[in-house]
Amino acid sequence: MLLLAPTVLALAALTVYPGVWVLWLSLQHRIPIFDVSRFAGLDNYAFLAGDPRFLNAGRATAIFTVASVALEVVLGLTAALAIHAQRGGRRLALSFLLLAWAMPAVVTAKLFEWLYHPTAGLINVALGARSLNWLGDPGLALPAVVLADVWRTMPFVAILCYARLLAIPAELYEAAQVDGAGRLATLTRITLPMLGRILLVAVLFRTLDALRAFDIMFVLTGGGPAGMTETLTVYAYRALFQTLQLGFGSALSVVVFLLVMAVAWAYLKLLRAGTTVAA
Amino acid sequence: MRRPARRIGTLGDVVVLGALAAYAIPFFWQLLTSFKPEAELLRVPPLLPSRLTLEHYRVVIEQSLMPQALGNSLGVATLTTLLALVIGLPGAYAVARLPLPGKRLLLLAIVASTAFPQIATVSPLYLLMRALELRDTWAGLVLVHTSFALPLTIWLLAGFIREVPIETEEAAAVDGAGLLGIFRWVVIPLLAPGLASTALLAFLFSWNEFLFAYTFTVSGASRTVPVALALFPGVFEVPWGDIAAASMLASVPPVLIVIVLQRFLVRGLVAGAVKE
Repeated sequence: MLLLAPTVLALAALTVYPGVWVLWLSLQHRIPIFDVSRFAGLDNYAFLAGDPRFLNAGRATAIFTVASVALEVVLGLTAALAIHAQRGGRRLALSFLLLAWAMPAVVTAKLFEWLYHPTAGLINVALGARSLNWLGDPGLALPAVVLADVWRTMPFVAILCYARLLAIPAELYEAAQVDGAGRLATLTRITLPMLGRILLVAVLFRTLDALRAFDIMFVLTGGGPAGMTETLTVYAYRALFQTLQLGFGSALSVVVFLLVMAVAWAYLKLLRAGTTVAA
Repeated sequence: MRRPARRIGTLGDVVVLGALAAYAIPFFWQLLTSFKPEAELLRVPPLLPSRLTLEHYRVVIEQSLMPQALGNSLGVATLTTLLALVIGLPGAYAVARLPLPGKRLLLLAIVASTAFPQIATVSPLYLLMRALELRDTWAGLVLVHTSFALPLTIWLLAGFIREVPIETEEAAAVDGAGLLGIFRWVVIPLLAPGLASTALLAFLFSWNEFLFAYTFTVSGASRTVPVALALFPGVFEVPWGDIAAASMLASVPPVLIVIVLQRFLVRGLVAGAVKE
């Protein structure tokens, strides 16, 4: 028990206690600069129900999450299979991938801000001297943010899949070869089923991360243009620290929290179900 | 008969490596930009500069907050890593080895807190930091970073501890070693690679963290690298070259870890996902 005391103490003080406090804050009108601080009941939540900006942020969060996780899984799986099939240079290959993953998201945002530059950006140059305003055009900004996020986090999915591929027993492949299975059959009958579980785990981790993503859009677009890239987390942060509505912002934070927990719970159910079926 | 197949294999290797090198282009392009003369930055094509210059690095090092921020980040990330390991190692050992009442619940709480969104606690933590006068200090950042690195640390270390055969510990106990002795002479040496993996991930988390660092810092006294980079000043126009140089400096520790300590990094990443 004594061994766990510091852990329990630290988590209680810095996670659980603020976790309860934020619920309390979300039930208040609290705007420090106007000296407003009073109990408001569920007012903040009631306001959210009819808040178009909240709905817009929910939409941006949903599109961002679904698009980036889907792309990450497809690209990550492809990269893992390609690296696994290599005879040499795997270490170097992994280095190129991990480079993108290990850097701060703020650096990624700066890298892509430069790539998206309307006149001197490499992307427009590569597209044949176009002058697309990636971060300023309401139709392009969200895809541009998704692309930057996929670049940074696809390697995570690739590494997990690659590690799982290494653990598939060689006998399985030999048996398939003896049975005369072709490349495609081997891929769909052996490799992909063996990857099923780790893919589910990767999707879980990535979905949770995407739902609470903040750095990349905050630095790259600041939620703009016209709120097209303002996710729930960015909206909550701006309410808290730019308009200093501590109560209302906390209500938004609680919504993000509930969303993340609901998704985590649903996935864990799914994982459990998968395990019992397999066993 | 084998030779052509092998040659195609090698060609395949080259293609894959080429594709992955291309994947890293955003990084290399920024690297190149950081050495480009100011006058050539906005003139693309040509892609390659006429000469290379260290001017941007000179500006960043002499005139920006970056050197101070690098010091802050190094300090905060190192202290966070140490604190998370010191608190987390005994906790992980208890979780992995000792019979505890309510262990399942505790494990669930630890897993749940790894999924905790930072935005959910940033407002109370802000009030807490203000009340304790920990805003704009290393101590404040180390504390909040540790609270997020700790669940991950325990999760990973508990997994690594379970991999240590329990017989070695039992043998030491038979030889009369106490819990502390077992820890010091048996568990820690066998755990060293796992400790390294865990430490790397905790360090990277703290080095890269932006939301808390941005909220709880006010000045150069505690601003970390991501914050300094996000707030990089441009007076009349965006100093793309200086920003590129600053991004490269911000990437030095992560890049070194990827190149030199890749084995430990991958092991930690995979362990975190595969353990039940």
